[in-house]
Amino acid sequence: MSLSEIQYPESEDDVARIVSQAHAAGLPIEVRGGGTKIGLGRPSQSASVLSLAKLTGITNYDPSELVMAARAGTPLHEIEAALAANNQMLTFEPMDHRPLLGVDGEPTIGGVFAGNISGPRRIQAGAARDNLLGVRFVNGSGEIVKSGGRVMKNVTGLDLVKLLAGPWGTLGVLCEVIFKVLPKPETAVTIAVSGLNDAEAAEAMAAAMAMSVEVSGAAHLPLSVAYRFGDILKGEATTVLRLEGLTPSVDVRTERLVVEMRRRGEVSVLDAEATRDLWRDIRDVKPFAVQRTKPVWRVSVAPSAGHQLVAALRLKTGVDAFYDWQGGLVWLQMEAEPEADLVRQYIKALGGGHATLVRADAATRAAVPVFEPQPRALDALSRRIKDQFDPGGILNPGRMTASM
Amino acid sequence: MPELISFLEPDSAVIGRRPAIIADLAQLLPESCLITEERELMPFDTDAFVSYRRMPLAVVLPETTAQVAAVLKYCNDNAISVVPRGAGTSLSGGAIPQEDAIVIGVSKMNQILEVDYANRAARVQAGVTNISISQAVDADGFFYAPDPSSQLACTIGGNIGMNSGGAHCLKYGVTTNNLMGVKMVMFDGSIVDIGGKALDSSGYDLLGLICGSEGQLGIVTEATVRLLAKPEGARPVLFGFETSVAAGACVTDIIGAGIIPVAIEFMDKPAIEICEAFAHAGYPMDVEALLIVEVEGSDAEMDAMLARIIEIARRHGVKTIRESQSATEAALIWKGRKSAFGATGRIADYICMDGTVPLGQLSYVLAKTSEITDRYGLRVANVFHAGDGNMHPLILFDANDPEESLKAEMAGNDILKLCVDAGGCLTGEHGVGIEKRDLMRHQYSDADLAQQMRVRAAFDPKWILNPSKVFPLEGRNGSQEGNQSTLALAAQGGAGGTGKAAA
Repeated sequence: MSLSEIQYPESEDDVARIVSQAHAAGLPIEVRGGGTKIGLGRPSQSASVLSLAKLTGITNYDPSELVMAARAGTPLHEIEAALAANNQMLTFEPMDHRPLLGVDGEPTIGGVFAGNISGPRRIQAGAARDNLLGVRFVNGSGEIVKSGGRVMKNVTGLDLVKLLAGPWGTLGVLCEVIFKVLPKPETAVTIAVSGLNDAEAAEAMAAAMAMSVEVSGAAHLPLSVAYRFGDILKGEATTVLRLEGLTPSVDVRTERLVVEMRRRGEVSVLDAEATRDLWRDIRDVKPFAVQRTKPVWRVSVAPSAGHQLVAALRLKTGVDAFYDWQGGLVWLQMEAEPEADLVRQYIKALGGGHATLVRADAATRAAVPVFEPQPRALDALSRRIKDQFDPGGILNPGRMTASM
Repeated sequence: MPELISFLEPDSAVIGRRPAIIADLAQLLPESCLITEERELMPFDTDAFVSYRRMPLAVVLPETTAQVAAVLKYCNDNAISVVPRGAGTSLSGGAIPQEDAIVIGVSKMNQILEVDYANRAARVQAGVTNISISQAVDADGFFYAPDPSSQLACTIGGNIGMNSGGAHCLKYGVTTNNLMGVKMVMFDGSIVDIGGKALDSSGYDLLGLICGSEGQLGIVTEATVRLLAKPEGARPVLFGFETSVAAGACVTDIIGAGIIPVAIEFMDKPAIEICEAFAHAGYPMDVEALLIVEVEGSDAEMDAMLARIIEIARRHGVKTIRESQSATEAALIWKGRKSAFGATGRIADYICMDGTVPLGQLSYVLAKTSEITDRYGLRVANVFHAGDGNMHPLILFDANDPEESLKAEMAGNDILKLCVDAGGCLTGEHGVGIEKRDLMRHQYSDADLAQQMRVRAAFDPKWILNPSKVFPLEGRNGSQEGNQSTLALAAQGGAGGTGKAAA
């Protein structure tokens, strides 16, 4: 293999052959879907690229079974179009990283699951990993392995499916993914409460989630980011709560939620179209898709800790922030340096969680741990697991941590 | 009675050291936590898969994580097998011990440690019963969603071991979708914390791997679980159909129409008769199949959703529709369903299958299931979670008749193979245990199984944790042949077929 070679397997057997050869030769491989998330993770250390761009196509889809199977390189937009034609969707609402990272290309369904990419509806419908039912993959020895299947409930053996969701290609090359799909909600609205500070917003979101109204999105957009949403918000700090479902349900729930939220601030209700645009922009982190030289963190903590983290950081450094997942998903845009130690030290002090450096230049990503360093025992365990999938360490070496 | 399922050969050296081992255990735990008398060990010789029984070497019931760690470290150091146990309600033999094994039961660790409504999480000890979590938060308007039929007895530790489901997981997911974190004792006695109150973890999804690992990766002593806001109301409705096919098609159409009720339960005629005789739930007796469809929300919401469901049911020629008019009536409808196993147990011995099939295959698999049991001359009652294709054929037999017992097991195996061949899996929520262990090869290739076994070995290099369960015994049973096979190598944590050793 030459140094810059890109290989395009067209079948699972092709993938197995390529990985098997690389394994025998001890040559590392960069596994690539659509390449839209190449800038996420540590810079690659691989000599050759295995692209899944030609391993495409939906392989099984019967809408009445609420399950779809597709080859890993299938572009996300093809999946979404096929689902939309049957009034269905990916319920976990995967983020599109292109605006934030400023890249082109087409995200693939394999890439979505390899990164466990989930959006605002995660608080209600689960993450990508919760919706992944089965996988076929090639491990680092070049063996074809399957786990799970196309049924909703499956406890047959160890759940390797979960491991294959989110390892960024370091455990195996996904060849086919089988996942849950759901009907699109008949309608959607957003209840917008304006004027709350971050702490008040956290309380309001917790109160909404404690009501039996099935909130499917709970985000807070402080003043500093609100204007980025154009006409949808009125340029003031806004806490937004999404309700989805059958029209009669949504009507009843809207009424109840509005009554509760009026006690906290000025309330308006956004229609289905505005709701769609707003939550797409929240999902894709639009407020930070402008000045792309600034580092961006994705922080996951207990919902009540999110605003405390931001308040603590503000005393030390220049930072802009907004919140999704009831306040537990914090998007941080740093004014200058990533301040990794500070961010992670405060997360620990607030009860734990993790921070991922989603956007930074390559030099920074090589120097700063992009993914949260694990406690020693879990790090050792993860390493042993990695060895059992990829004994030669050839799959995306260094993508997640420098030594793995 | 002949036994279809074998166990690992007990280690006679360990059994020979029994008095010394017991003396050592007594140093690690208070006397009240150690059970060694035969009479007191007997309740631990099986679980809800009662056709198989083995006496354990000893039982320990620790009160703290530190005690679990001390015992596990001792067992690993001395290569003694360990069988973790919750309440012993496993339907697949997951908690059945062996003569050379120490049972570590978590039943004394039964405290709810923290309830955190702002973050919708509860932190509990592993021996807490499933229902007690919902009971503890009920008055404040919350609940814990997974609701296995054994929820009065089964523990959250057991639920995690088996990734338990329940009737309402159609909407809310199973244990793995509602588990946020665990404290777990590893094989060597080290204690790790995985996950917590954040919605996701970094690194590999160890929590997802542990959930459903049947006590083979470690012993969970604490769990952080998701609490959800209780729905305003819930209303189950009975739909009676003249054929199972019509009922099955109705399920597919409800889901296909974009309506996800909180539960869709299916009962065939034999199941209806058994449950009605026991629970007097008022089930219609003149139908061949019954659906219990439950919707949730405010009255207006439930009315709207039910109107649509009823319209679909009518298209499939529904014969009886009965909406519950009161909480009592609703409870009665569920009582019939939830007592199905108990009620069946009153009239016959039974084994309960747990295969899951794609929704489109429901009617086909039901028909084939009857053909299989007919062929063996056995009766079958079907009561299951139709919304997610999780079938529960109950095969009735007489345990005092060795031949019939054997036939029942063989019919069960045929049914599970049928489920796999129809695009499904061996077990949707009960786990593999010993029951389905020898069928794993029907669902998985050697490469698939070897990958799982290598991961397992990364957690438990000596295979001391629940060793007779889930994975084929090949190459692990004394000096038997097959020691160089793919699976035997995988059990040792070796790398895959290309021959390069693990780093």
